[in-house]
Amino acid sequence: MRHLLGMGDLDADELVEVLDVADAFVEVGQRANPKVPALRGRTVATVFFESSTRTRVSFETAAKRLSADVLSFSAGTSSLNKGESLRDTIETIESMGIDALVIRHAAAGVPVQVARWLSSTCVVNAGDGAHEHPTQALIDLLTIRQVRDPGGKGVGCFAGLAVTIVGDIRHSRVARSQVCGLARLGARVTLVAPATLLPPSLEGWPVEAIGHDLDAVLPTTDVVSLLRVQEERGSGTYVPSLREYAHGYGLTAARAALLPPDAVVLHPGPVIRGVEVAPEVLDLPAVLVRRQVSNGVAVRMAVLFLLLGSGDRPSSGSRGAGGDGASAGGLGPGPGEAARTVEVSAVDDA
Amino acid sequence: MPEVRGPAPRMVIRGGMVVDATGWRRADVVVVDGVVVSLDDAVAPPPGSTVLDAGGCLVAPGLVDLHTHLRDPGDEQAETIESGTRAAALGGYTAVVAMPNTDPPLDSAPAVRAVLDRAATALVQVAVAGAITVGRAGARLAPMAEMAALGVRLFTDDGTGVQSPAVMRRAMEYGRGLGVTLAQHCEDADLVGDGVMHEGVWSSRLGLAGRPAAAEEVMVARDLALAGLTGVRLHLLHLSTAGSVALVAAAKSRGAAVTAESTPHHFTLTDAEVATFDPVFKVNPPLRGRSDVDAVVRGLADGTIDAIATDHAPHRADRKELPFDEAPAGMVGLETAFALALTELDAGWATGEGSGRAGRTPEERERDLISRILALMSWQPAVIAGLDPDHGGGHGGPIAPGAQANLCVVDPGARWTVDRAALASRSGNTPFAGRALRGRVRHTIVRGEPVVRDGEATR
Repeated sequence: MRHLLGMGDLDADELVEVLDVADAFVEVGQRANPKVPALRGRTVATVFFESSTRTRVSFETAAKRLSADVLSFSAGTSSLNKGESLRDTIETIESMGIDALVIRHAAAGVPVQVARWLSSTCVVNAGDGAHEHPTQALIDLLTIRQVRDPGGKGVGCFAGLAVTIVGDIRHSRVARSQVCGLARLGARVTLVAPATLLPPSLEGWPVEAIGHDLDAVLPTTDVVSLLRVQEERGSGTYVPSLREYAHGYGLTAARAALLPPDAVVLHPGPVIRGVEVAPEVLDLPAVLVRRQVSNGVAVRMAVLFLLLGSGDRPSSGSRGAGGDGASAGGLGPGPGEAARTVEVSAVDDA
Repeated sequence: MPEVRGPAPRMVIRGGMVVDATGWRRADVVVVDGVVVSLDDAVAPPPGSTVLDAGGCLVAPGLVDLHTHLRDPGDEQAETIESGTRAAALGGYTAVVAMPNTDPPLDSAPAVRAVLDRAATALVQVAVAGAITVGRAGARLAPMAEMAALGVRLFTDDGTGVQSPAVMRRAMEYGRGLGVTLAQHCEDADLVGDGVMHEGVWSSRLGLAGRPAAAEEVMVARDLALAGLTGVRLHLLHLSTAGSVALVAAAKSRGAAVTAESTPHHFTLTDAEVATFDPVFKVNPPLRGRSDVDAVVRGLADGTIDAIATDHAPHRADRKELPFDEAPAGMVGLETAFALALTELDAGWATGEGSGRAGRTPEERERDLISRILALMSWQPAVIAGLDPDHGGGHGGPIAPGAQANLCVVDPGARWTVDRAALASRSGNTPFAGRALRGRVRHTIVRGEPVVRDGEATR
């Protein structure tokens, strides 16, 4: 894995490796000193052309906990119209000497384009348009494994798992990454949305079913993944109103009661209470939104570690299913290894 | 060996096979003062004459491109009249129709005259398509009569279609009165929305907003109806979908005065190319699915589509290094069109329905292929553009004594690989870089001047 541009970059073994390493970093995160020296001397740049405080903070926290230096750039998409091309912007950042570039952009495919232009820098897609958001999907996979198979190392818990993805699949980069990752691990994925919020074609998508009736699928669903519905989609162009959407596709208390007892609910956030999920449902234990957020740092640590840290891994052993190569002991901070991070403040697009 | 009598021939094109709408024959072509004076088995060129070797080559009427964006005035970093016509000459073209979506647009007599004046010294003849509406804004009719008085025969707002059916209807009525042809970029802007590629399997996977085939087809259907209402000659630009081809076929079977063109990229590439997210594959109308490509190939074979036009659309390299959503649409095409037709249609028509090529010898099939391609790229577009001898022009007509010497000499067997850096266009946005092709232009003669000689532009 040279870059993480989409879930297609990871085969099943690599997916397991990311999840296992992430689990180890979850444990690290619970220590008094959650920092490890794995990427000391390495530099991670976060380049966000589309604002996202949550994802940026998650990536930067991950990089700092790995003792990497962090360069933080934010630029509105409008800055491109101020004269500098995307390629010039990216090559300027690369020439500052970075090892990984974490990029988010409102336009699909930008990380793919950027990866073609860079010679040695690893590119991590932090969300591109409606294309992919691979680390979010990895977070969801890790969260599912933690609850379906606590302490588990393999991916057996995904075989035959019934996952229902609900909402604006057409415009969702999370959904595209989820479908790819879940299907690769053997889950049975059902998509539920009004027809206008489904992609125009689902030919070739590894999904079991596509439907418009949420009530019908909930009783046989193990995992519900709710997608955010942006307000402008509910202004009469894609659905008549958010109210009508919530009526048909919102996870109300009555709908939540249709789920099997051990079913869980995921949401990539930020949640709009009362639209995709009712306020009272959001506080049920089956809703794992907070766990997803806390897993975010560990997953992004795992991705950065696997992309950048392979040369000086603490253990040369295989990290395949069942292996313990990513044991927390090997990743723990050595005595006296004070973490030193340098922060360059953001280039503001004011 | 007959002696050439009279004034010394300025040029002899020697050793080639002459091909035009009247057929094939082995002949040397003698050109004096820009005019073909004789065709003979073997001409002994008198001293001092220019001799162009056409051994193993075809000598054909020059190609005519109905759809060239010269970007001049306005975006001379992308292309100029000089660089664009050099690219055209290298592609075997002797005339191009310059699209009006320049800056400022070609929507008035002074704007048209400025381009025609500056193109007087260009490597190939430049005809201008005038805008249908002022500023190509789709609202008020441009002064079509004053542009027609300068020789403008085609009118289009290309870059976009005229969105209002009522405006288009009035433009058609007015144009019919002038005896001109209206050409339409068929895409309904409302249905296109913020789409940047063909809507379908790939747009859905890639998360890019799509432009549905129906966005093109509703305007094709609308304009066919309006053409029937008004009686104007209608030319449909760059058709790209199976539905559009079927609509045109049905209209032609009713006897409608409609012609249509398709581009090399629409009979060659599919939307799957966009999976690279490389904006070099971004174009309007977009690259379509396989069934659309197949329908265009069939439409070119069965006469539904009358012309291959390049939609040569140069863009600076940095503009094609924007995110796919933001990059401008368009591809260069003048220097690769003929070879793409020869290479791709050979395969596409070999077994295609309506190809009429079954049961022939390989040599017959090759001749048939070349004749059909030249019809699509030379004499048929020349008629559509009003640049043929019957309209007082010098392009696309039979190669016979008295004809203006607008010729291309092509080696159909030559194999080459498209090299972006070797293009004469100022812009390198070809989606065909690295593609192996057959068929290469050896010489291009414009009004008797060899503007391309042995594959090199002479100026």
